[in-house]
Amino acid sequence: MAVVQFSEEKLNKVKEIIARYPEGKQKSALIPVLHLAQEEFGGWLSAETMDYVAGILQITPIEVYEVATFYSMFNLKPVGKYLFEVCQTGPCMVSGSDQIIDYIKNKLGIGVGETTPDGMFTLKTVECLGACGYAPMMQLGKHFREHLTPAKVDEIIAECRAKAN
Amino acid sequence: MGRKLLLDKAHIEGIRYYDTYRANGGYAAAEKALKSMGPEAVVEEVKKSGLRGRGGAGFPTGLKWSFIAKPEGVPRYLVCNADESEPGTFKDRYLMEFIPHLLVEGLLISSFALGANSAYIYIRGEYAWIPDILEQAIAEAKNKGWLGKNILGTGYDLEIFVQRGAGAYICGEETALLESLEGKRGNPRIKPPFPAVKGLWGCPTVVNNVETIAAVVPIVNIGGDEYIKFGIGKSTGTKLISACGNINKPGVYEIEMNISVEEFIYSDEYCGGIKGGKRLKACIPGGSSVPVLPANLLLKTAKGETRMMTYESLNDGGFATGSMLGSGGFIVMDEDQCIVRNTLTFARFYHHESCGQCSPCREGTGWMKKVLHNIEYGKGKMSDIDLLWDIQRKIEGNTICPLGDAAAWPVAAAIRHFRDEFEWHVKHPDEALTRNFGLAHYADPLPAPAAAAV
Repeated sequence: MAVVQFSEEKLNKVKEIIARYPEGKQKSALIPVLHLAQEEFGGWLSAETMDYVAGILQITPIEVYEVATFYSMFNLKPVGKYLFEVCQTGPCMVSGSDQIIDYIKNKLGIGVGETTPDGMFTLKTVECLGACGYAPMMQLGKHFREHLTPAKVDEIIAECRAKAN
Repeated sequence: MGRKLLLDKAHIEGIRYYDTYRANGGYAAAEKALKSMGPEAVVEEVKKSGLRGRGGAGFPTGLKWSFIAKPEGVPRYLVCNADESEPGTFKDRYLMEFIPHLLVEGLLISSFALGANSAYIYIRGEYAWIPDILEQAIAEAKNKGWLGKNILGTGYDLEIFVQRGAGAYICGEETALLESLEGKRGNPRIKPPFPAVKGLWGCPTVVNNVETIAAVVPIVNIGGDEYIKFGIGKSTGTKLISACGNINKPGVYEIEMNISVEEFIYSDEYCGGIKGGKRLKACIPGGSSVPVLPANLLLKTAKGETRMMTYESLNDGGFATGSMLGSGGFIVMDEDQCIVRNTLTFARFYHHESCGQCSPCREGTGWMKKVLHNIEYGKGKMSDIDLLWDIQRKIEGNTICPLGDAAAWPVAAAIRHFRDEFEWHVKHPDEALTRNFGLAHYADPLPAPAAAAV
């Protein structure tokens, strides 16, 4: 496993984040720094990563664990290279999200919470992401993919595969 | 065409950027507030405008501002609640994405009025691309002298920072948001003390929704007296409504709070009617937490009066026959939708989002989810309906924060208005797996879609 260590550039970013708060309130940087760490260290937060963040912010490891386990965007186990987070709450449901979730399951041959054997895709269902008018939808990385149809799901999967090759 | 105050310039190409925003009258309100009004006059104008919190609670903004404590030598903070997580709500996202400078200008005026030198925008983590847009707008504004030290030579300093959350509905509750901003779990605090006295890092803090802060800009521009002329009674000004579900034109609409619900749903200016020519079954008019209404009670009140898109009219009849304007998350359901299934998705949502601090909410939301799951999947008993009613009553009012109420109300309203649909699921478990209950009697007073078009 690679050593958990931010690059110089990321360390500067951490410093910039800490500077947003008054002196001594660097714990406020925890969530932004965990986002950085998750991006940097493989899309999830290992115990080693969390301990590293605790060290940087000069807080105890438990203060990091309790936060990392509270927020649903932090992955506590490894995920595929592409994480499909499909919304299933009311407004998406009335617009057909159940069918989209079923379609993705069949297409990728995995259940919710599972990763394809090649480590490429993980399927996760999530609660309302604030795209109700453009339903059904999913989050893929930084962006939303909206107005999903089976054809659009096919395109997204193909696009991910192409990017990975 | 309804008049607009927030999105009137949203269609202008390049309005996301400073130069275009400025060339179209942007930062005129900030200049007026800082140079010729002063903090007290701004607070007075906001009080006069009758502006009410646009996040869902509808509390008068000017009054909230006037509660802020001002001890000597203690910093004050303005926190912008951009956690927008109420199912059905996606209006703040639109505003931040397309007119970020309106929020920056609103933050400048509001912070100035409150005497805050730092403001934080707490944005939900999933809106991961929006912080870049906001940070660019902030950098542009700073570069042009609207932020930083000694703004416009007035001696007033302000910095604005953007902070991303990481996926927790509860952080839309203001004290949970403050906890999260301090780098902790989003567990709501016991009030009092209120944030106005002890908020961020123990300092006096005001937390306002994105749309509320943006509305301060037109209020300063046109004055509170003019603002009141948009709307009816205590529902002053305009409101952003995010419309979704089974309608022809989902999206974000700015309405004057003086139009009817029927016009909003059927007029081509707004939702454009029910998709596929189907009939309206039910609607949740203010985000998932507010009571669902069957079509007949949605368009007219129990007294037979036209239901309007205002705080008061949507609440007419209380929870027995009314609902709430809430966050403006307007969820429309057509005749093919299943109320039990929809209620189940919300129960699952609240169970997922309960922070776990209070037992009635932590346990009760899970029980409601399980019982609803049984009913939806053909394993329900008649007594389950009463059990659900009993659970929601034991959650409501028995928790530190309103998430418990928000979880209880949708279940209560679904049973109150659609009990026959729940009973049908229990009596016909096999049929309930293959088809939905349909429209039933609640839509009877509804005219056919063509006749209802305005």
